[in-house]
Amino acid sequence: MAAVTPDHLHDHHHGPSGLMRWITTTNHKDIGTMYLLFSFIMFLSGGVMALTIRAELFQPGLQVVEPEFFNQLTTMHGLVMVFGAIMPAFVGFANWMLPLMIGASDMAFARMNNWSFWLLPVAAVMLIGSFFVPGGATAAGWTLYPPLSVQMGMGMDLAIFAVHIMGISSIMGAINIVVTILNMRAPGMTLMKMPLFCWTWLITAYLLIAVMPVLAGAVTMILTDRHFGTSFFNAAGGGDPVLFQHIFWFFGHPEVYIMILPAFGIVSQIIPTFARKPLFGYASMVYATASIAVLSFVVWAHHMFATGMPAQGQLFFMYATMLIAVPTGVKVFNWIATMWRGSMTFETPMLWSVGFIFVFTLGGFTGLICAIAPVDIQLHDTYYVVAHFHYVLVAGSLFALFAGAYYWLPKWTGHMPNETIGKLHFWCSMVFFNITFFPMHFLGLAGMPRRIPDYALQFADFNALATVGAFGFGLSQLIFIVVVVKCVRGGEKAAARSWEDADGLEWTVPSPAPHHTFEVAPVFK
Amino acid sequence: MNHAVDKYFVPEPSKYPIFGSVALLLFGTGAVLWLNQTGPGPQLFFLGVAILVYMLFGWFGQVIRESESGEYSQRVDKSFRWSMGWFIFSEVMFFAAFFGALFYARVLSVPWLASGDNEALLWQGFTADWPSAGPRPDEAFTPMGAWGIPAFNTLLLLTSGATLTWAHHALLKGDRKQLKLGLMLTILLGVVFLGFQMYEYVHAYADLNLRMDSGIYGSTFFLLTGFHGLHVTIGAIMLTVMLFRVMAGHFRPDHHFAFEATAWYWHFVDVVWLILFVVVYWL
Repeated sequence: MAAVTPDHLHDHHHGPSGLMRWITTTNHKDIGTMYLLFSFIMFLSGGVMALTIRAELFQPGLQVVEPEFFNQLTTMHGLVMVFGAIMPAFVGFANWMLPLMIGASDMAFARMNNWSFWLLPVAAVMLIGSFFVPGGATAAGWTLYPPLSVQMGMGMDLAIFAVHIMGISSIMGAINIVVTILNMRAPGMTLMKMPLFCWTWLITAYLLIAVMPVLAGAVTMILTDRHFGTSFFNAAGGGDPVLFQHIFWFFGHPEVYIMILPAFGIVSQIIPTFARKPLFGYASMVYATASIAVLSFVVWAHHMFATGMPAQGQLFFMYATMLIAVPTGVKVFNWIATMWRGSMTFETPMLWSVGFIFVFTLGGFTGLICAIAPVDIQLHDTYYVVAHFHYVLVAGSLFALFAGAYYWLPKWTGHMPNETIGKLHFWCSMVFFNITFFPMHFLGLAGMPRRIPDYALQFADFNALATVGAFGFGLSQLIFIVVVVKCVRGGEKAAARSWEDADGLEWTVPSPAPHHTFEVAPVFK
Repeated sequence: MNHAVDKYFVPEPSKYPIFGSVALLLFGTGAVLWLNQTGPGPQLFFLGVAILVYMLFGWFGQVIRESESGEYSQRVDKSFRWSMGWFIFSEVMFFAAFFGALFYARVLSVPWLASGDNEALLWQGFTADWPSAGPRPDEAFTPMGAWGIPAFNTLLLLTSGATLTWAHHALLKGDRKQLKLGLMLTILLGVVFLGFQMYEYVHAYADLNLRMDSGIYGSTFFLLTGFHGLHVTIGAIMLTVMLFRVMAGHFRPDHHFAFEATAWYWHFVDVVWLILFVVVYWL
């Protein structure tokens, strides 16, 4: 591959040009780029919603938005961030990197891959468009609990169909990923020799295929309860609103791991590179990932301790949830053991990864606290929970996404990202993230409920602090745009092996990766 | 064929996915407008359906042409097999959500509503019998019996599974006449099944007063049988496409993934029916 001249590489794609190239493309790199761009746009949209929420919560009382709109914002912030930002971003990484990592020429189903992506803007139009219909967007919370979701206006119907379309996209994308990994590996690359990112995505894709249809079933029941007179969630007809919570969280808890397992994969690629040591305990990492996935199906009701459940149920779900700390602990231990006595350097991707371990583990611990049923009954629906899941979703998933972006930007663009600005991005994000979300632990412990636009006076100081942090965090993300734009336009040329000790097939192709790679499968030693 | 041995088939850029996306946008927004009785709902909805049909014809047509011209290597064939298996698994999970709702209602929510404080304070006199339309049904209804049409339908679907396997064996032996006959019989059995299901729905609404809004029994009955019927319809369409392809001379004993995938799908729909027959109609 190294003999191919750079000139030749760029015009190697044929077919339509301009906009039509992106609409009709079957190239995994083009599609990966679109996924990443789309998810970043959704990240900014969800971010604007978050900042509006924080602006309202800056002071007690109602200043900025009406309570109805506030509820729409919290709901849509959740839906947009989960389904529009975090999940598609990981799929973007999968599209770009999986074929390069396993030595495949493309994804197994390149046309379907295109459709998986192009369904997302459609779903986004319906979801965001629901703000502008009579009654506004759904305000039932991202979990869409009935009876509220049965009573909402037509914004709810738009959200239901958007969820359906995003589900179709996810299932097709996941099938594509599973088949690519199982069937397209280069000769010599056995499953237990795959880069860990591939393993985490294989397991994530399995989770997606298993639970996205369940979510589809749940929102379909809401739709028929709303419009066709069914009684799934209506006690007068023999149904039960709590039934929805069971079905939703049967999807929802594996969903949580869908959003974190690929993050584990990214971090497991980066830490060995910058510690200059192979990953400690590779096999145990694989088994830990699989255990987390299996356990994720038997813990869903820990989201429902306050809903009312027999004591045996509470005990089962409490202990099952705590059990997840074991494989997660294995992972954290392995990352630290990988760094132990390594020749560490702290380039931007490594900073994000080490930052990830630090803050994600904090979020993991608060999760353990929330898992304790008697404690959770106090903490349920307070800001403690908000703090917990932002520690794992922002400091976990998002930080890992940034780590991965800085790590593979040289492969995508052919230029090294600017270290100074990248590090500024990291430190601003890290500091402002903690200013935003750490006080929420105290707010929650003191009893401040989530999803309410107003609060009692004693919560004022911490809320003001959190709002300042949130705006700082939001503005810090603009630094990332600067890094990426600079990196695309120029900068230090990246070598094929862009980082000194980076391991894996993706570093054997030139940077930027040519339009077509591994058309003849490499032999993996 | 030789060039396909080493190189995995990667298709050229395609216009079909974006047609599919636009179709679902129109389909979704049309459905929302229609449900809320505002704007040009049905028009958008049916335009979406039309574009979707166009896209499916074009896309699958292209795949069939690529397959028949020998572009797909053994490895591509294996990809198709994996993907169909995982797709059916996702369908299993979709049905699991509705079966879960049924079990929850029968084992948990209806007994809860009829016991303890719920019964004493809220729904006095409500007893936990199944079928149940809940403590406050609008009107009385008669549940659907198992041993009339549904039992006969079970027989039809099981027979159709056998005729399809017969057709598959004929394909493997290269006996095109038996293959055609087996496929036609399978489609016929499927269509008769669907006819009986439609008759049963009319019967439910007209004679039994069993409707979608007949409490949790009506909800689970119509959603489970309805989604199953939809899948039988899709399966029957797939079988019909297979029949046309057989008549056009497609498929060889060693190269007929589409036929096998259709058979897997048909057997999956069969199994769902068996569970449905036992837990929805019979017990």
